[in-house]
Amino acid sequence: MFYGVDLSSRLLLGTARYPSPAVLERAIKASGAEVVTVSLRREGGSAQGGAGRAGQSFWQFIQSLGLRVLPNTAGCHSVKEAVTTAHMARELFDTPWIKLEVIGDADTLQPDVFGLVEAARILAQDGFEVFPYTTEDLVVADRLVEAGCRVLMPWGAPIGSARGLNNVYGLKSLRAHFPDIPLVVDAGLGVPSHAAAAMELGYDAVLLNTAVAEAGDPVEMARAFALAVEAGRAAHRAQPLEPRDMAQPSTPVIGKAVLGGI
Amino acid sequence: MAKPTIIVIGAGVAGLTCALELAERGLGVEVVERGHTLGEGSCSWMAGGMLAPWCERATTEPQVAEWGAPSIAWWAERFPETVRQGSLVVTQSRDLPDLTRFAERTERFDWLDADGIAALEPDLSGRFRRALFFPDEAHLDPRRALAALAQRLHDPGVAIRFGVELAPQDARADVVVDCRGLAARDALPDLRGVRGEMVVVRSPDVSLQRPVRMLHPRLPLYIVPRGNGLFMIGATMIESERRGPVSVRSAVELLNAAYALHPAFGEAEIVELGADLRPAFPDNLPDVRRSGPVLHANGLFRHGFLLAPALARRTADAVLSMLQPETNHADLPQRRRA
Repeated sequence: MFYGVDLSSRLLLGTARYPSPAVLERAIKASGAEVVTVSLRREGGSAQGGAGRAGQSFWQFIQSLGLRVLPNTAGCHSVKEAVTTAHMARELFDTPWIKLEVIGDADTLQPDVFGLVEAARILAQDGFEVFPYTTEDLVVADRLVEAGCRVLMPWGAPIGSARGLNNVYGLKSLRAHFPDIPLVVDAGLGVPSHAAAAMELGYDAVLLNTAVAEAGDPVEMARAFALAVEAGRAAHRAQPLEPRDMAQPSTPVIGKAVLGGI
Repeated sequence: MAKPTIIVIGAGVAGLTCALELAERGLGVEVVERGHTLGEGSCSWMAGGMLAPWCERATTEPQVAEWGAPSIAWWAERFPETVRQGSLVVTQSRDLPDLTRFAERTERFDWLDADGIAALEPDLSGRFRRALFFPDEAHLDPRRALAALAQRLHDPGVAIRFGVELAPQDARADVVVDCRGLAARDALPDLRGVRGEMVVVRSPDVSLQRPVRMLHPRLPLYIVPRGNGLFMIGATMIESERRGPVSVRSAVELLNAAYALHPAFGEAEIVELGADLRPAFPDNLPDVRRSGPVLHANGLFRHGFLLAPALARRTADAVLSMLQPETNHADLPQRRRA
């Protein structure tokens, strides 16, 4: 599904902001996720040199879970920063996969789509398999595919906002224009019904973090999202109805038996 | 028969509270510390010193509040400078949903409006529309509290030997209590370090009576008044084991929080920038583990002063059951799961 890798779970989970690594591990298990994102930013200073990398308990812990790791350039505000972080990630996690984030606005954490396309081109040429975090803009998506991306990850809403799918029309039309590119709704999901809605639109997967990590019970919320993703996917495959303006009785009314003498 | 001897390794908040708890139970204790002065190389030195079990409850396991609540009285009794003025939680108006959510996830607080905030903290008057006030919480100055514990140990004759690096297996004692924090990872492989950074500033223009937490989607921070115009601003939480100086990014975030709380902090002097690693187990809860004659008391994470008394109590219980096996066959106190 993603760059030649087939996965059975359509839920990708971020690893930040959980109450503890123990809760994170239980939440991942409950979610059934096979891919987790890790953000190198969180590592702070060890990004600046080799010395800090030894004994990185948290990374060792993530790697010990036996999942596929999708490193993330979270928090990068420039092409250069994102490219450098991607290289570090490839070295640290020994994977060509990179979730590419180039942030353009500090308040909404909206992607800088110009920098995103530029960074995606540089990384794709360098052999990276890029998962760009983008908006639902069609033309930007086109440019990303041109740059070499074989997965697109449009936002549902700003990161951590829990607003769900802000632009259902835009996401639908993106799906229609890229029937063969795996599409992942990344960011902005708050509750499982948002994830189900994304899957019903025919998206291939959803990626989320805060909605699970900061839930009162992250493990139970992870399970709820897993169910929603499965339900949404099944609904998509089962070819749902289109909304209509008039009622359509589900049982015939003509010839209905009349009971009693009223 | 001679009084059994117990050696506590480490004079951070875990070691000193354990030693005091043991001494108070009439046991013969000695403390060794590899640092040459109190606090040297100890992450307790960088602590915030908030005794805020119900604020912590909003983002942690219920055990933190359950084990932490009794520590307010524990500290107040042994360290009279403990300030029992509660704590305040505020947020900028655009993040008000975060405050509501914080409230939903905890207890023992009152909602304040602008007037209520002004009545408690006149310097914050007009700056925030709503706040949560946790009247039962407290705070203390960690460095003075450590010194007070050392003094309380000194009075009944418990020695703290500084500049002594001792491995638990080399200690000659009936029971060894290993409170080395992150240095104990040779014995505790699942212990990890979580980096924290803090700033101390001096501002004669701002006066606060109690810790103030600022909720923020990216980085929740707090400001603790230390008296004499000093304020400690903390603390980052980074899953990294890098030691070494505070990063520019963290310093900007920490100082920004102070500035957002009150613009007068813009004129404050930076007195200190500090960083260290908190020892944490995978569930971020403290634990007491036994291996032979050694008890490892560790994993206080970011709750050093809040949870050390509970950890000390459990450690002392475990020491007693080791020394009196004929009267008490109880296993180590097991942690209750939520």
